[in-house]
Amino acid sequence: MNHLNEQELVEYRYADAADRTEAALHLHECAECRADYERLERVLAAVDAMPVAEPTADYEAKLWRALEPQLATHKRGFDWSAWREWLAPRRLVPIGAVAVLIVAAFVAGRYTHRQDNTTNTAGNGPQQPAPQQIRERILLVAVGDHLDRAQTVLLEISNAEADGTGKEAKGGEVDISQEQKRAENLLAENRIYRQTAEHSGDNAVANVLDELEPVLMDIAHSPSEVSGSELSELQKRIESQGLLLKVRVLDSSVREKAKTPALQPQPGTRGL
Amino acid sequence: MDRMDGGDAAQVTRALGGDQDAFRALVERHSRSLFRLAYRMTGNEHDAEEVVQEAFLRAYRRLDRFESRANFGTWLYRIGVNCSLDMMRKRKTESSQRVVASGDDPDASDPLDNVASTDPAPDRMMLSAEVKEKVQEAMKALSPVERTAFVLRHFEGHSIEEIGKALGLGAGATKNSVFRAVQKLRQQLEPLVSTGE
Repeated sequence: MNHLNEQELVEYRYADAADRTEAALHLHECAECRADYERLERVLAAVDAMPVAEPTADYEAKLWRALEPQLATHKRGFDWSAWREWLAPRRLVPIGAVAVLIVAAFVAGRYTHRQDNTTNTAGNGPQQPAPQQIRERILLVAVGDHLDRAQTVLLEISNAEADGTGKEAKGGEVDISQEQKRAENLLAENRIYRQTAEHSGDNAVANVLDELEPVLMDIAHSPSEVSGSELSELQKRIESQGLLLKVRVLDSSVREKAKTPALQPQPGTRGL
Repeated sequence: MDRMDGGDAAQVTRALGGDQDAFRALVERHSRSLFRLAYRMTGNEHDAEEVVQEAFLRAYRRLDRFESRANFGTWLYRIGVNCSLDMMRKRKTESSQRVVASGDDPDASDPLDNVASTDPAPDRMMLSAEVKEKVQEAMKALSPVERTAFVLRHFEGHSIEEIGKALGLGAGATKNSVFRAVQKLRQQLEPLVSTGE
């Protein structure tokens, strides 16, 4: 077995490795990896040794005194606080756009289905794609568009320079506020597309969107002006995961798929 | 948060019927463990207290949506994680706005600085002031998502699946967040703990 890399060591440490026995055997035999693992354990032990504040003995009583008057004003029922975040104007645009696409896909499917039935009844006329295929195609176009915009954000971050030659820099800080806003919008869409892909079993799309999500999240939650080291941290993440390439490859395959004529006969519906 | 006995379900039912003492019993049973989680995540005693309060208020408002078959502690815990994340993001935004407005050093008034004012247990006194400071800095440098993933995995022992659900991330992204957190901690702390051998 090859030496364990950093990620494998971490996965072994937290028992998240797919094959822990093999890693354990290797650690037993390989002094180099064992030393590396011990260094990791020493770091985690230092983190463990940090003091944690313990609430005072009357904490529960104090907490209840603070809570009780608020319970009367916060009657149980519909909780607006959870929705307030989702209904913020910045989120409404991408969510609305995705909702429109899903409705469009549904309507297109219904409309074509009706036409399809009419054509079937007539027994002749040009073949039409099945409703399911129309829906898929609309969603594929939407995902392609999403990946396109994600690529632009990743590219802009990757090409930004802290010395002010690439992007606007103020005293060594780089302004990424535009990318941040776009990443925030993309994040809401990304979640919906990832969940849709997971439900429909499209692992290739789900996996790339899964990797894209935390990077978008980091960009969205970074300060609007980042230091050179923060920028380079973001760039390293994009680069180390080969994310840009993965997004680009998926984008082109999704677009190809969307272009493919979907006129294959549907089993039990129509023959050629 | 593993102390979720059958009593919780009965208290929830009573609280739903308007019995505030029942809700008080839930607060008393779960507030300490929720505080510890919030403290680990926010790194600050005052913020942790605010998080606990907000989490119980949210839980109270949504109590009728809690399914009796579920575990109240786990449910409350998820609310606590979300409140902590909101708090960390709020602090991060405030900190960056302060820097833009005044050109101050963002680290100068970071809430994590308060950690040193807490009373450490005797075994923890062994940690040198330098290492302690570096650990605080390294934890502070993690993004809210990385920090949450790390705290839930390392300190609270939650599974990748549970953490992913709490953060709204897939398994791969969750594992990556834990890994990136550990990687960053190693980069910052390894030279320090190695020389102290």
